[in-house]
Amino acid sequence: MADAVHGSQTRYWILLIIGATVTPLLLVSIIVLYQFREAHQKRATTHLEELVQKHKQNIDGFLDAKLGNIRMLASSFSFEELRQEEFLRERLRDLQRVHEPVFVDLGVIDESGTQAAYAGPFLLGHADYSDASWFQNAMQREYFISDVFPGLRGFPHFIIAVRSTWNGEPWILRATIDLVAFNDLVEDLRNSHTGSAFILNRAGEFQIKPPVDLMPDREFLDELLGADAGDRREIRVTQRTDQAGRRNIYLATALKGGSWRLVYQQEANEAFAEFHSARNVSLLAVFLAGLASVAVAFLLGRKTVSAISEAEQRTQMISQQMVETGKLASVGELAAGIAHEINNPVAIMVEEAGWIGDILEDDDWGTPENLQEFQRALQQIKTQGTRCKQITHKLLSFARKTDERTQEVDPRALVEETVAVSAQRAKYANVEMSTVFEPDLPTIRASLSELQQVLLNLINNALDAMWPNGGTLEIAVKHLDDDLWIHVSDSGPGIPEANLERIFDPFFTTKPVGKGTGLGLSICYGIVTRMGGEIDASSEIGSGTEFRIRLPIEREETEADGQETAVAGSGGEA
Amino acid sequence: MEGDPIKLLLVDDERAFVDVLCNRFTRKGLAVTKAYSGTEAIRTLRKQDFDVCILDLKMEDMDGIEVLKIFKKMLPSMAVIMLTGHGSERAARAGIEEGAHDYLTKPCGFEELLAKIQETVSREERSA
Repeated sequence: MADAVHGSQTRYWILLIIGATVTPLLLVSIIVLYQFREAHQKRATTHLEELVQKHKQNIDGFLDAKLGNIRMLASSFSFEELRQEEFLRERLRDLQRVHEPVFVDLGVIDESGTQAAYAGPFLLGHADYSDASWFQNAMQREYFISDVFPGLRGFPHFIIAVRSTWNGEPWILRATIDLVAFNDLVEDLRNSHTGSAFILNRAGEFQIKPPVDLMPDREFLDELLGADAGDRREIRVTQRTDQAGRRNIYLATALKGGSWRLVYQQEANEAFAEFHSARNVSLLAVFLAGLASVAVAFLLGRKTVSAISEAEQRTQMISQQMVETGKLASVGELAAGIAHEINNPVAIMVEEAGWIGDILEDDDWGTPENLQEFQRALQQIKTQGTRCKQITHKLLSFARKTDERTQEVDPRALVEETVAVSAQRAKYANVEMSTVFEPDLPTIRASLSELQQVLLNLINNALDAMWPNGGTLEIAVKHLDDDLWIHVSDSGPGIPEANLERIFDPFFTTKPVGKGTGLGLSICYGIVTRMGGEIDASSEIGSGTEFRIRLPIEREETEADGQETAVAGSGGEA
Repeated sequence: MEGDPIKLLLVDDERAFVDVLCNRFTRKGLAVTKAYSGTEAIRTLRKQDFDVCILDLKMEDMDGIEVLKIFKKMLPSMAVIMLTGHGSERAARAGIEEGAHDYLTKPCGFEELLAKIQETVSREERSA
C-alpha cells in the first residue's frame, strides 16, 4: 500500500516539475518566436517591396524612355519625311543601333488608319488599322502604350504610338516593342526559385504570363484587381494559399500609369526561408529543452519522493523512539517513586522483626506483655506486607494500562486474516504462504490488534528477507499444556548467529537506511512479554529462520484489587 | 555527663516506623521522644533539649531542610542525622551544608542508626 502511495506521489511530483519547467519554456518560446516572426516577416516583406519597387521603376523607366524616343522622332521629323520608307528604315536602324532590337518596327499611319509607311520585318505595308482599338485609342491621345495583343502579325506585341500634327492633320507614328526584350526585363525580377513576376491589365488579361505551374487562380486575380491602389506608388502585399495548397506571398503595384499591374509572387516558404530555418532550429531547441526538463522531472520527482519518504520514515522512527523513550521514562519514574514508597513498609517490617528479636534476647521473653507485643509486631508486619503488595500492584497496573483492550481471540481466525492481508504482497514477492493448525485450538484472551501487529511484523520481515527470489512461509499454531505456540518459519537466507542475539534489540536492523526502523521485533518482544509469553528465533544460514511465540492461555487477572487485606488462603498468588 | 542516657528525638511521618524504632532504642537505654511531623518536632524542641535528632528529609507537612534550619537556630548543639531516600544524595549534601551532622540512606536498619548515634554522641563529648 505504501508503494501505491509512493507511486502516485512520484507521479504528482514529476507532473508538477514538468509543468513548472515546461510551461514557462513554452510560453516564452511562443512569445519570442511570435515576435521574431513578425519582425522577420516585416523585414523580408520590406526587402521584397524594395525589390518590386525597383523593378517597377525599371519597367516604368523603360517604357518612358522608349516613349521618349518615339516622341523625339515624331517631333524631329515631319510626316512627309517619315512616310518615305527608306527614311523610315534608316530611323529604325538608328534606334536599333542605339537601343538594341527593342524596337521591332516603325509605322506611319495617317488619320484614316492606313499605314502610309512601314519599316520592319513584317509585311505590313499599307495595312489598315482603322478598326484597331489601339488606333482608336492612339488618335484620342498624344501618346498611347497599348496592351499586349497579337495584332495583324499574329505575334503578341505591344506598341507605343505618338500622335502628331502635320498640315493641320493628325498622324500616328507607331513603334512596336519586342516582347521578348520586355519579358526579359520583367523576368529579371526573378531572384529565386519560386518567385516570378507577371503583368496584368485592368481587365485581368495577362501581358506577361507567369510560368504555368505558378499560375494563381482567377478568383485571386480578380481580388487583386478589384482592390484599387489609390496611390499609384503603393505596393500591396497579401498572402494566399493557391490551389496546389502552397502558401504564396503576392506583391502588386501599378505600372504604366495605373493601366497595368505588376505582380510578383513567391512561395511564402522561400520568402521567409530564413525565418523558417531559424524557427525550426528554435523549435528543436525548445523541444530538446522540454525533453531535458521531462527527464530532469522524472529524476527529480523520484528523488524528491524518496527523499520525502525517507524523511518521513526518519520522522516516524524518531517519534516512535520518543514514544518508547517516553514510556520507558515514565515507567522508570513510576518505578522509582514506587521503590521509594516501598522502602517504608519494608523498613517497618524489618524493624518489627528486629524488635521481636530484641525481646527474645531476654530470658523472660515469654511474659504475657511480651506475647502481646509479639502479636502486635506480627500484625504490624502483615499490615506493612499488604501495603507493599498494594504498592507493587500500582506499578503492574500502570504497565498493563498501556495495553489495548483485550478480548477472546481465536488464533486460527487471527492467523488466517493476517495471511489474507499479506497474500497480495506475498504473491508479488514470489512467496508461497501456508498455514497449519492443530485441531481444537482454544481461544486466548488478548488484544487482537497487538497480536495482529506481532504476526504482521514477522510475516513482513520474512517477505523482505526472501525478496526477490521468493520462497515459502509457513505459520503453524499448536496447543501445548497451558500455552499456545505460534511458529513462523521461512525459507529465506537466514540470520547469522552474531545477529540472532540482537534481533529483538530496539533499533537493531540489517536493512539499509530508510528501509527499516529496527523497532519491529523489539515491539513484538514487548507485546509478547507483556502478555506473559515469550518469543525467540532460531536460524540456519541458507536454510531459513523460525520464530516461536509462546502465549499463556490463562492470563493472571490482577487488575487493581487494592482493597484486599486478608492475604492468607487467597491462593492463586504467584 | 557520662552515664546519662542519650536524649534522642525521632522525627518521621511514618508512624509505625517511629514507634518500633522508639521501642528498640528505649530498650537500648536511650531517652527517646517521638515526633510525627516537623511542626510537632519544633513544638517539642521548645520544651526539651536533645543530644541527637534523627530527621526524615521527606515529610508531608514541612520540607526537612526547613526543619533542619529551624533546629539549628533553636538548638545548635543538637546533632542532626538526616534520613534520605536512595537517589536524594544531593538533598542530603544540602543538608550537611545547612549544618546537619551526617546522613543515612533509606532503607537503613536499627543497627546502623544506633551505631551512627553512638558515634555522633561520643564525638560531641570529645569536642565538648
